Amino acid sequence: MELAQLAPRRLGARLAQGIDGPLLGLSLALVALGLATLFSASYEVPGRVAAQAINLAVALAAMWIVAQVPPQTLMRFAVPAYVLGLALLVAVALAGDVANGARRWLHVGVTRFQPSEMMKLALPLMLAWYFHKNEATLHMRDFAVAALLLAVPVLLIARQPDLGTAVLVAAAGFYVIFFAGIGWKVLAALGVLGLASLAPLWGMLHDYQRRRILTLIDPTQDPLGAGYHAIQSTIAVGSGGIAGKGWLHGTQTHLEFIPERHTDFIFAVFSEEFGLLGNVALLTLYALLIARGLMIAANAATFFARLLAASVTLMFFTYAFVNMGMVSGILPVVGVPLPFISYGGTALLTLFLGIGILMSVHNHRRLVQT
Amino acid sequence: MKKLAELKNHEKELYFFQLRVGFAGAAVLLAFALLLARFVHLQVLQHDTYASKAEDNRISIVPIAPNRGLILDRNGVVLARNYSAYTLEIFPAKVKDLERTIHELGEVIEVQPKDRGRFRKLHAEVRNAESLPIRTRLTDEEVARFAANRYRFPGVEIKARLFRQYPHGELASHVIGYIGRINQKDQERLAELDVDANYRGTDFIGKAGVEASYQQELHGTTGMEQVEIDAGGRGIRTLARTPAQAGNNVTLTLDIRLQEVAEVAFGERRGALVAIEPSTGGVLALVSKPGFDPNLFVDGIDPQSWAELNNSPDRPLNNRAIAGVYPPGSTFKPFMAMAALELGKRSFKSTIHDPGYFEFGGRRFRDSKPGGHGTVDLYKSIVVSSDTFYYQLANDMGIDAIAGFMGRLGLGAKSGIDLEGEATGVLPSPEWKQKRFRRPEQQKWYAGETISIGIGQGYNAYTPVQLALALATLAANGDMYRPRLVSYIDNLRTGERRHLEPVLQQRVALRPEHVEFVKQAMAGVNKEGTGARAFAGAAYASGGKTGTAQVIGLKQGEKYDEKKVAERHRDHSLFIAFAPVDNPRIALMVIVENGGFGARAAAPIARSVLDYFLLGKLPEAMLRPAGEDDSDAESD
Repeated sequence: MELAQLAPRRLGARLAQGIDGPLLGLSLALVALGLATLFSASYEVPGRVAAQAINLAVALAAMWIVAQVPPQTLMRFAVPAYVLGLALLVAVALAGDVANGARRWLHVGVTRFQPSEMMKLALPLMLAWYFHKNEATLHMRDFAVAALLLAVPVLLIARQPDLGTAVLVAAAGFYVIFFAGIGWKVLAALGVLGLASLAPLWGMLHDYQRRRILTLIDPTQDPLGAGYHAIQSTIAVGSGGIAGKGWLHGTQTHLEFIPERHTDFIFAVFSEEFGLLGNVALLTLYALLIARGLMIAANAATFFARLLAASVTLMFFTYAFVNMGMVSGILPVVGVPLPFISYGGTALLTLFLGIGILMSVHNHRRLVQT
Repeated sequence: MKKLAELKNHEKELYFFQLRVGFAGAAVLLAFALLLARFVHLQVLQHDTYASKAEDNRISIVPIAPNRGLILDRNGVVLARNYSAYTLEIFPAKVKDLERTIHELGEVIEVQPKDRGRFRKLHAEVRNAESLPIRTRLTDEEVARFAANRYRFPGVEIKARLFRQYPHGELASHVIGYIGRINQKDQERLAELDVDANYRGTDFIGKAGVEASYQQELHGTTGMEQVEIDAGGRGIRTLARTPAQAGNNVTLTLDIRLQEVAEVAFGERRGALVAIEPSTGGVLALVSKPGFDPNLFVDGIDPQSWAELNNSPDRPLNNRAIAGVYPPGSTFKPFMAMAALELGKRSFKSTIHDPGYFEFGGRRFRDSKPGGHGTVDLYKSIVVSSDTFYYQLANDMGIDAIAGFMGRLGLGAKSGIDLEGEATGVLPSPEWKQKRFRRPEQQKWYAGETISIGIGQGYNAYTPVQLALALATLAANGDMYRPRLVSYIDNLRTGERRHLEPVLQQRVALRPEHVEFVKQAMAGVNKEGTGARAFAGAAYASGGKTGTAQVIGLKQGEKYDEKKVAERHRDHSLFIAFAPVDNPRIALMVIVENGGFGARAAAPIARSVLDYFLLGKLPEAMLRPAGEDDSDAESD
């Protein structure tokens, strides 16, 4: 009898082992808001909330597993994951499926898979491993190699074309380089160089990407075409007001004026129905999550763990900032989901793998010296 | 020592890392502050703007097209009405492959080549049309069959629409006219009149006849409905509604039974008839043959029918009564006699000798009767239709005097009838010739040209409505009322009835005894003259005048032989008549194209019309198919 009572408690204790309460609580709070918003955004597709719940279960399981693994073990996956990711990206470029004019998908058995998604974690993993390996003797040469390791997958993704993911992957890689200690002067020089290369880069962009950027400056130029998303989502956000129109009462949402309202533009739905107060709450949750992540990074035991944790944490920030910026009309419309809120299994899995990594780093943190 | 340095190095490194973490944290806060500022801007400062934009998104103003007013004849017989029917409509913007969709539709319900042709024509002509009909007047069974297959046809819908219907078909088609889809030109005209807002939601507009000239009365006032819509434009629910106000009913002065009598009398022959009430200008009948079935135009005419109507040598779409110009022939003579009396060129007693020709400048103007009519006075000149008398008279009067007098009777000028597309005709005069021709030798008026003007030939060319109006003016002792088809207009909503008062255009100063003389001479025509055979046994006294108008000119010395001349080059047959003589209630003009001698073709038609109008007597052709009960009110 005692054993029977003890078993669930032991199981609970085992499950809770290595799980960071604040991280889990914050991410689950965000997911809860996401499910509520998703319910409103897809009232015409009733199965979607349940599907996202299943995605969540898978993602939580993955998080739990990663959280149990020490960072040293994660480091061993760095090179294989990166190489595999790169190979898959090349495969996509050669034989991928085309959807919406972009070649992003790869068939794996019965399902389709986006290798670019994998790079979001594989690249920082690789770079953190690389810097960790050369920790003692970091030179300019190492930063150049890192830049190359970053550039190859980013360019492959940008060519698909998938500007949103390319930006996210590039950002994740850049954070590693930044935290590895690249000189401020070098950074400034790179910044100047980057600005100078805008013009040739512009020439490389696809027409629809250029249009998106141009309509960002003035979305009203093409109100029914490329500017439609930005205009309608801005109207949704603005009409939400301070307190919002109330859950399930967003007219922009429910009369289907917001396109992609359950994925990339779900923030327009949230913002319309929950208003400024909702937005402040959301920003606060993200800020706390990022603060917790940075705190874990600051206390990480190894160079690798530090770099990885900081990069993953800032990845959450990048997702959130780019998405909210684009929905509220201050950033170009690029395909970036709102972390923990947008519908989609792959993104959710990546995010909770990131949370798992942070937990793993936290579990093996530096012992505070006395 | 080394270990310590390493440790120190390590701590230094950690310090730098934490510095960068702090920097990153600050950057995150800054970025979030930026977002927050944007949210405040949108949701607090600009909230009203965006709230109203969301509202504009949400609410669509949907126009409700008004029901078109009816057109009725003077006895209340409906000439144009509306009926509700189902149509199958394609939304071209929502259909990817039109041809395939139409083909597949044909498997579900019958789509004839005619329907396809009409759809293609509409698709090419009507711009910005939301939806266009591929089939009209679906049966209940067809509606059910399509409904069951609807999922296969996105962008195709069944709609209940009001259709215009003309129950009398070809009868009075030129008077009633027809409606058609609003085209670019109509749209521009509506915009010019600043009424285009009232036409939102309306697809059809009057194109001809009373349908066109009384369009504004018939149309009504468009209603509005505020509908909540989704991004696809689909209506979700109605928020507010202002009902449409139906158009006014228009009642004509025309008597459809009289019209039918006239059209039946024409049979298959081409021509025109205009009958006017002299005391008001009200048009009692207005015929232009051949006519057309206005119902063909209602759903958009199919290209084949259109080509048939448009390319027919009979020109059925041409309203001959107001747009056909013909030489009046001898029907001109009573007006010439009137002019001679008024201008003192002839008296009741003055006579001439008619040898069968009039010689002028070495040229002989022949009389239609070889050998002539002997001694002819003014009365006889009309009764027997002496050409020689009027050759001489015209020469004595001169072209300026003739043109001046005929102009006062309204010849060579638009009558002002309430139909669109009236022709002016030609009232010959030296001034007219000056303007008409380019070369100086053509511009000059020759005295010889005046001679044939006197018998209604030469440059004389008038519309039937002008001649009918001139006769009506004579019948009304000089009072010229503008010819009009509409008697009154009913506003169904207020119950108000607006009578269109007769418009006295002018009082032509004519001496009563002169008018009386000409009327009596015209009565003589029907009693003992050229109209006597057609009016034999009539139970009323009527005045008339026959006319024969040359279609091709004859060379000097050439004789007209009807049998040798191609049908279309035969003379036109004309007749003008009024009755009763002492107090005329009707004045009419008939022309039968290529009908030959006036007394033979045109006069019997006039007789049929007068018999029915004055006696209620139906011609035999209409008596046989008994039991036609489309009119329960008999004409007076």
